[in-house]
Amino acid sequence: MTLLDFARGPAIHASLIILAAGIVLRLVGVLALTRGADLSRPRDAFGNFKGYRTVFSRAWPSSEFNAATVYQTVMAYVFHIATLLVVIGIVPHIEFITSLTGASWPGLPNFIGVALGTIALVSLLALIVRRLSKPAIYNSTVGDYITWIIVALPLLTGLMAFAHVGFRYETMLALHILSAALLFAYMPFSKLMHAFWFIFSRAQSGLAYAHKGVRI
Amino acid sequence: MAYEATLGDLLRSQGVSRRAFMKFCATTASIMALPAGAASAMAEALSAARRPSVIWLSFQECTGCTEALTRSHAPTIENLLFNFISLDYHHTLQAAAGDAAEHALKEAMQANKGEYLVLVDGSIPLLEYCSTVAGHSNKQILEDVCADAAAVINIGTCSAYGGIPMAKPNPTRAVATGDIIKDKPIINVPGCPPMPLAITGVIAQYLTMGKLPEVDHLGRPVAFFGENIHDRCYRRPFYDRGQFAETFDDEGARKGWCLYKLGCKAPVAYNACAHVKWNNGVSFPIQSGHGCIGCSEPGFWDMGGIYESVAKGNFGDGAKLGAAAVAGAALGAGAAVLARRRKSEVHHEEGAES
Repeated sequence: MTLLDFARGPAIHASLIILAAGIVLRLVGVLALTRGADLSRPRDAFGNFKGYRTVFSRAWPSSEFNAATVYQTVMAYVFHIATLLVVIGIVPHIEFITSLTGASWPGLPNFIGVALGTIALVSLLALIVRRLSKPAIYNSTVGDYITWIIVALPLLTGLMAFAHVGFRYETMLALHILSAALLFAYMPFSKLMHAFWFIFSRAQSGLAYAHKGVRI
Repeated sequence: MAYEATLGDLLRSQGVSRRAFMKFCATTASIMALPAGAASAMAEALSAARRPSVIWLSFQECTGCTEALTRSHAPTIENLLFNFISLDYHHTLQAAAGDAAEHALKEAMQANKGEYLVLVDGSIPLLEYCSTVAGHSNKQILEDVCADAAAVINIGTCSAYGGIPMAKPNPTRAVATGDIIKDKPIINVPGCPPMPLAITGVIAQYLTMGKLPEVDHLGRPVAFFGENIHDRCYRRPFYDRGQFAETFDDEGARKGWCLYKLGCKAPVAYNACAHVKWNNGVSFPIQSGHGCIGCSEPGFWDMGGIYESVAKGNFGDGAKLGAAAVAGAALGAGAAVLARRRKSEVHHEEGAES
């Protein structure tokens, strides 16, 4: 079995099983611990609605913090959007997803894929530079840096495989798939779970404050 | 002692001009990335070369490799060169049969001890009764013949890497030549079939330089197998622009767009097809509208379906993902119940203390 056969066979298969099991485990495990409803009379009749609205309103910082947070906000948006477009937009990824789900859609031209991947990687670098230069703000743990590396590796190996640089293409492709497999397996047990938690945490904050009549 | 014809004599007798011969030498030398002066040295050495003895062993194979080499569209210098070698033993091409054929083999081995080349096509079954010649198993013949050989050239993917006989479930327990012969220089010229120029190029270099050419990590001559077909493909700009044929009869296929989505293995295949081409440089599979099947790579029959694109994953049983999600839910619920119980115990203890 070659490295590529291992990567797109047992490795990616096992990582997807861990991903599926891990996400459900974390979601059920945490959501089952939520407190019961607050029985006090809400101060805002539209509390629930306003709570759920927070899921979207917290997508951008309050205007008071614009100047202080514009750098990481913009960079984070650029990173997330570019990464999402690369993940679902380029033809090799669509082929991969099609082989798993059967679903298919038109892909982006490859030069746009390369541009988006580069933008994603550069914005990720911009974010780690800020994290490293302001330790007092971020108070980073080793896990934060490991997470950054695990997110950066698929982007880096993907761009290298795409551009046919580094090792031979089949080796780079195998390393790219293995790095994605690592990301899948790591995701449920790290801060990357924010892909799911952001909805619940924002809604919870919004509901709690709206119930008390606090506008956020 | 009788005069032994040189290659130069043979070419002249066939009406090949010196200019045409020099062009062949220059082309071969440049393809094999030999130094600038090598073409004339090659011409000199080749024209004076005596017939080298070659023993061609055919094991679990389909004769396609021999067909590729002998059925050239027109008589080329490549096949003249092939005709020049003293092919002392070849099941398909030799006139002798039965005892006479086996006698020719023994005679060639004795007369050219330590100097003959062994060309092998076909894989070797470790279940030895699966393939025998004149009462001897393929494995035994290979070991006996290679014992006094100068070098071994594997012709085709079957002898180089096992090929189709070794594909799962490998009923004959087929292996490659290199799995059995460990003490001789071996060069692989894989392909299903291999390019005739690659075969003659290796022989030409051996005749002129007295050694086998530089090889890659899979034992293939770098000159012919050093480059990725995808990198050399004339359809590459369509790949870069994201223009793909979706089926073999759609607009993209008619316009000659990239065949990546139709399972083309060019990104993971290394061969000279895209620039040397086949049938005297007329075409190659991708040019004729079918994706590369990666025939020069190890295990290409087990690399996934011919029409499955390189990027497709092999997920085995999809139901396992569902089962994993259910198991995850059970574990998560279990963890939550345990956490609640622990919390209530803490409360209970705190209540008891106060």
